[in-house]
Amino acid sequence: MTNKPIKLSGSSVNVWFGSKQVLKNINVEFPRNQVTALIGPSGCGKSTLLRSFNRMHDLSPDARIEGEFLLEQQNLYEKGLSVTEVRRRIGMVFQKANPFPKSIYENINYGLKINDVPKNERSEIIENALKESYIWDEVKDELQKPATRLSGGQQQRLCIARAVALRPEVILMDEPCSALDPLSTLKIEELIVKLKKDYTIVIVTHNMQQAQRIADKTVFMYLGEVIEAGDTHTIFHNPKNELTGNYVKGHFG
Amino acid sequence: MMRKITPVIEWGTLLLSTGMVCFFMVVILWDLISKGAPSLSWEFVSTLPRAGMTKGGILPAIIGTVLLTMITALVSVPFGISCAIYLNEYATDNWLTRTIRASIRNLSGVPSIIYGLFGLALFVQGLQMGTSMLSAGFTLGLLSLPYVIITTEEALRRIPASTREAALAVGATQFESIRDVVMPTALPGILTGVVLTLSRAAGETAPILFTGVAFYINNPAGFLNQEFMALPYHLYMLSTQHQAIEQVRPLAYGTALVLIIVVFLLNLTAFYIRYKHSKND
Amino acid sequence: MKLGVRESIDKSIKLVVKTTGLLVIAILGGIFFMLLWNTIAFFLKIHPLDFITGTQWNPSGDPEVYGILPLLVSTCLVTLGAMVIAIPLGIGTAAYLSEYASMRVKSVLKPMIEMLAAVPSVAIGFLGIVVLGPGIADIIGLSNGLNAMNGAILLAVMALPTIITVTDDALHGVPGTYREASYGVGASKWQTLIKVTIPAAGPGIMAAVMLGVGRAIGETMTVLMATGNAAAFPKGFFHSVRTITATIAIEMGEVPYQTTHYYSLFAIAAVLFLITLGVNLTGEYFVNKFRKYHSA
Repeated sequence: MTNKPIKLSGSSVNVWFGSKQVLKNINVEFPRNQVTALIGPSGCGKSTLLRSFNRMHDLSPDARIEGEFLLEQQNLYEKGLSVTEVRRRIGMVFQKANPFPKSIYENINYGLKINDVPKNERSEIIENALKESYIWDEVKDELQKPATRLSGGQQQRLCIARAVALRPEVILMDEPCSALDPLSTLKIEELIVKLKKDYTIVIVTHNMQQAQRIADKTVFMYLGEVIEAGDTHTIFHNPKNELTGNYVKGHFG
Repeated sequence: MMRKITPVIEWGTLLLSTGMVCFFMVVILWDLISKGAPSLSWEFVSTLPRAGMTKGGILPAIIGTVLLTMITALVSVPFGISCAIYLNEYATDNWLTRTIRASIRNLSGVPSIIYGLFGLALFVQGLQMGTSMLSAGFTLGLLSLPYVIITTEEALRRIPASTREAALAVGATQFESIRDVVMPTALPGILTGVVLTLSRAAGETAPILFTGVAFYINNPAGFLNQEFMALPYHLYMLSTQHQAIEQVRPLAYGTALVLIIVVFLLNLTAFYIRYKHSKND
Repeated sequence: MKLGVRESIDKSIKLVVKTTGLLVIAILGGIFFMLLWNTIAFFLKIHPLDFITGTQWNPSGDPEVYGILPLLVSTCLVTLGAMVIAIPLGIGTAAYLSEYASMRVKSVLKPMIEMLAAVPSVAIGFLGIVVLGPGIADIIGLSNGLNAMNGAILLAVMALPTIITVTDDALHGVPGTYREASYGVGASKWQTLIKVTIPAAGPGIMAAVMLGVGRAIGETMTVLMATGNAAAFPKGFFHSVRTITATIAIEMGEVPYQTTHYYSLFAIAAVLFLITLGVNLTGEYFVNKFRKYHSA
């Protein structure tokens, strides 16, 4: 289905929360330097799948995860592999912007600090990350201002800069625009499209137009299963499965 | 006629009970302030008692209470915060966690005099620490522990999961996310709870009765392994056990007022932290 | 710092905080064990039945007599008196705060109630000696006012903040739709309060009362200072009484270690512990009931 090499993949993925199975035998592949959108009605398991890749479920005691998750050749759940290392290589941006209650500068510096980036390299990396996330011009004169004083859209771009600064290979985005106004959404969408030349991006979205605007590939999920996956254009205009067709036309969701 | 009067009576009943409660508070404050204030002077808070406690000041009792409260904090704060972190950040819902929670609720209901007995059995006799400032401070530390845990856990619970995830997502370990993000965010809430708990400990008498408090120590800045004076116990002794009770009444009033001021100042500090924090949100 | 080091720190911290959790269980276990151990030592010398049914407490008499009833009845008497005063006042004040008071009145009353809660028990006891006791003596015509009534009123004052705060929370927990439904059928504000809001908050109010009872039963300094501490069997509200807590406070300072008298004080403490445990468990039962009722 793809012409680019596969960066991230999951095969035979099953996830349970307690006794409830939320993901059923899922196989997905995310090609390198592409944006892949995960779409589907609420509760279909999109976010659960996304968070399985950077092992965000590790702290939920009642989550049980099966299957093989590969970042290129690396098994992400391999025994002895450090979860912090996984999360450094696979960055994440959340549904609601969640900057640290620290200054703008410190928000990005924190990840560098704990990951042992040498002190003298940090301010350059921070500047670049802010530029890469198209927020530099808005904040360059007030880097010491608390991040919580930024607008919602600025906060979300700061969170993207925070992820980008660590040079991850993959960025997972969990409905990053759902809490934003249309103008901020537009800015973030432009940013995502530009970021894909350096990163592999997986984005969960509820917004059909957004998926069509930014995603190269789209995966449609329903009730914990992948119904159909392929080129975004095909999924939206020529779906093989009737269910996919009904969903993308807005008949349910 | 009835229709007009009934609501007034009904409303009046509630107002009357509220008025009674206010009345209690006013009587307490008015009596302590009006009769305690004349005893207050620089000499009263800065000198030793003289002439068999009938003259002089209460400096050793003030120092004793301050030191005692500090030991209480040193025991209960790290211990309590650590336990709250375990419960809110690490523990899963299993029988062990439920047992810990049940223990905390029970400990918070154990009468303070029983903590006094426990301190006597464990610290004074069992660990051979004798009747001393340390024994008494440890006892008050145990008494304060459940309150520190409960208020800290409440403060931690108010922090949304997304705050923790933000740190984890940039490669922080769970401990680093707690140390660098969760704790700084929860700090004002934790501080409020801790200061309120300490203000309660500062006024406690029953737990220190058998663990180290004494009526008169002529060494004002006593050592940790010695008996000590404390404001609440001093007030108790002056008002019930002194040979010349009527003669020392002004001193008792003065001591009561100083004790109330210490406790209220701690309370105001807590309210201030809470108020300042709620404004920042 | 190297990743391996950071992760071992993470693991050790988890172990440390877990240990403190276990220590909490150990403390409760320690208190329980201490009471049990010394109570058994006591029962080896005094028959449990004599202890439970004895109507005289006279450890320094000849022969020594260890009957808990006078102490138990004293404790119950002052607690009962305190609750008769504090429950209606507390519920009335909470109802005023939650249903009638304006924001401005609340902003004065709430901090005041928190301040009242902060007054140390020894200061309340002191006022019992210098203000309330003499007042009661004047009114009733007694030589002194150090009696059960004095203690009961003071304990009521101490239990009030707890009862008011928790009842206020319970009344706030009643969904607004209940009140609207009541107004909808033409009920007045008072009728709504008495017939709908208070019954709906019932279990929460019971929990508040239980917390107040627990506080009153376990209180030491106030009753020690204000009730006169006569060891005789209590005869009524205007007579001197001596509660379990006061007995421990008075006698523990004077007894030689590991005598029958010493053990006896742990035995009465064990009884006190069981009573407060029962009261707290009852309170917890009501809290859970209230929660279930309103989350459904």
